[in-house]
Amino acid sequence: MKLKSILASAALAMTAATGTLAETTKVGFVYVGPVGDGGWTYEHDKGREAVVAAFGDKVETMYVESVPEGPDAERVMTDMALKGADLIFTTSFGYMDQTINVAAKFPNVKFEHATGYKQSDNVSIYSARFYEGRAVQGHIAGHMTKSNIVGYIGSFPIPEVIRGINAAYIHAKAVNPDVQFKIIWAYTWFDPTKEADAAKVLIEQGADVVLQHTDSTAPQAAAQAAGNVITFGQASDMAAYGPKPRVSSIIDNWGPYYIARTQAVMDGTWASTSTWDGIGAGMVGIGEITSAVPADVKASAEALRDSLADGSYHAFTGPLNKQDGSVWLKAGETAADYAGPEGLAEMGFYLEGIDSEVPN
Amino acid sequence: MLRLEKRPNPSQAWGYLAPILAVITTMIGGGVMFALLGKDPFEAIRTIFYDPLFSEFAWYYRPQLLIKGAPLILIAIGLSMGFRAGIWNIGAEGQYIIGAICGAGAALSVYPLDSVFIFPVMILFGAIGGFAWAMIPAILKTKFGTNEILVSLMLVYVAEQLLASMSLGLMKNPEGFGFPGSRNLQQYASAHNAELWTGTAIHMGVVFALISVIFAYIMLARHQMGFHIRLTGESPKAAKFAGVNPNKLVIYCLGFSGALAGLAGMFEVAGPSGQISIDFNVGYGFTAIIVAFLGRLNPFGIMLAGLLMALTYIGGEIAQSSLGLPSAAIQALQGMLLFFLLALDMLTNFKIKLAKAEVRI
Repeated sequence: MKLKSILASAALAMTAATGTLAETTKVGFVYVGPVGDGGWTYEHDKGREAVVAAFGDKVETMYVESVPEGPDAERVMTDMALKGADLIFTTSFGYMDQTINVAAKFPNVKFEHATGYKQSDNVSIYSARFYEGRAVQGHIAGHMTKSNIVGYIGSFPIPEVIRGINAAYIHAKAVNPDVQFKIIWAYTWFDPTKEADAAKVLIEQGADVVLQHTDSTAPQAAAQAAGNVITFGQASDMAAYGPKPRVSSIIDNWGPYYIARTQAVMDGTWASTSTWDGIGAGMVGIGEITSAVPADVKASAEALRDSLADGSYHAFTGPLNKQDGSVWLKAGETAADYAGPEGLAEMGFYLEGIDSEVPN
Repeated sequence: MLRLEKRPNPSQAWGYLAPILAVITTMIGGGVMFALLGKDPFEAIRTIFYDPLFSEFAWYYRPQLLIKGAPLILIAIGLSMGFRAGIWNIGAEGQYIIGAICGAGAALSVYPLDSVFIFPVMILFGAIGGFAWAMIPAILKTKFGTNEILVSLMLVYVAEQLLASMSLGLMKNPEGFGFPGSRNLQQYASAHNAELWTGTAIHMGVVFALISVIFAYIMLARHQMGFHIRLTGESPKAAKFAGVNPNKLVIYCLGFSGALAGLAGMFEVAGPSGQISIDFNVGYGFTAIIVAFLGRLNPFGIMLAGLLMALTYIGGEIAQSSLGLPSAAIQALQGMLLFFLLALDMLTNFKIKLAKAEVRI
């Protein structure tokens, strides 16, 4: 009798325990860089902190940083799934095949892969329309340059980066027909030494505006040392370099998305989706435009930002020609997201006027 | 005062004891570091060294040790030959990359042909690729007397650029929507370096790693080349008298280590990794240097050292996700391992003595 009641209460305690366990949602994050990189991974980790802040005890997060793309990523994801993660965010393009592999083994775990293109029943994909932010940067750059030379530090010649260059260029040219872009490929996402070298070379070549699609603050420091050069924060606000050289920034703001997806898992409404949000949805933030920018330029840049946000203007609106002079978009036409090599998702060509070639 | 006194002969006992003590002192040093980071040191050490082997999910982690350990062992075995003879190949990372590019290239050039010959040809190309890349410092050294440390190291960066170029150009997946990276060889049956037995993670690379250990052991113990290598390392003068041709030895040691590193890269790209991508290489070529020394340049020692390094990687990841340890702390722990080993190594050649106060006149 006694034993029975002990067992019964133990069983009760067990269900109570598993009950509370089930109420905590476990969310895992796989990062490609260190959380202190000040750019890409830093912002994803801020997204994770936003999830913690939003749900408190109802959520338990875990993360592993500096995970190489390959079998190590697959192991980290599997480890998280084994530990009972309900939702796992894999935050680098190079985790694509690994995410799909692990997701196939754990059909009950939801996966979210950033910046890829492979979706499945339990793998969603998400990315941000950073090119909208590039349009605003190009607008400011076109107004601000005195030498008419804008330097651009590219990471890798992939659609994401090429889109950014095109968006910045056409909006710079719209306000300054004489503007020229000088592009240097750093072949890295994060390497302060290489990025600083690239910035110095661009400045020596006469650039007085430097745009970067790499994640460290090294180009900001190089511009500061050079004097009359302006820059834009990348991935993170990099406000420490304001009001000059950093005059504005593109901020990756993953928090709202991460909160929404975690909520969906809690509610049992999670479904595999493909998300590509921009300024309007808040996934791309434009950092404060500083006092180094004249008031009228600041106002027109903010107007551009707002028109991109409310959808009244598309960053790629025709007439636009490709570099070789062939027509890409007719007057009034806007670019489609997915249209093979002609669409934004796979963009691999420069637009007319860029005096450079996409490396092969 | 403590004083160091050189032993007439290196102590054999310390030679075996040093690695074990190094592991123990690393655990203590690591524990102190974790405690300073505000984590429970015992839990952290247990998570890193014990959990991958014996925890609830060990059935998953144990095979992973082989995946992580095999390339380390394969490369380290090659390096150890040269290191014994005082020939320093620091560029195994580059040879690993080139082996992968050549192996994957062989498969991708005939895609989607289905044939049992593809995989053996890839193995051959992987070995040749790594061999050829190692021949650059070897020939430069024998012909022009350049320093193989510098040349082989610099060639790593050349190989990395070549890798980026391949991922973005020649080998880019035509169905990859313009993104960098080759086709995934895991989805190309003829080229896939698959598990030989399901769930064991034993792929051809693991088998080759084991063969290389046995091969190296036999060669060092029984073959004339092994004798030359040992002799050159222990007494270069005696080697000269014995008629060892130093140039031949340079070519041989760099070529052998290059071929093994190339093989490791090829097995990795065709199996666990699957594709040529910009960030394909993750530092196996450099970590293998630590593994070679941790294993006393002894083939079986290297095998154990490779598995131990793999353990710290896998345990380190588990500790990150479950205890929130930063990845830098794990790297520091791995660094400690080498540091303590080198420090304790001194005791193989030196005795610590309490110095008596000397009387000065």
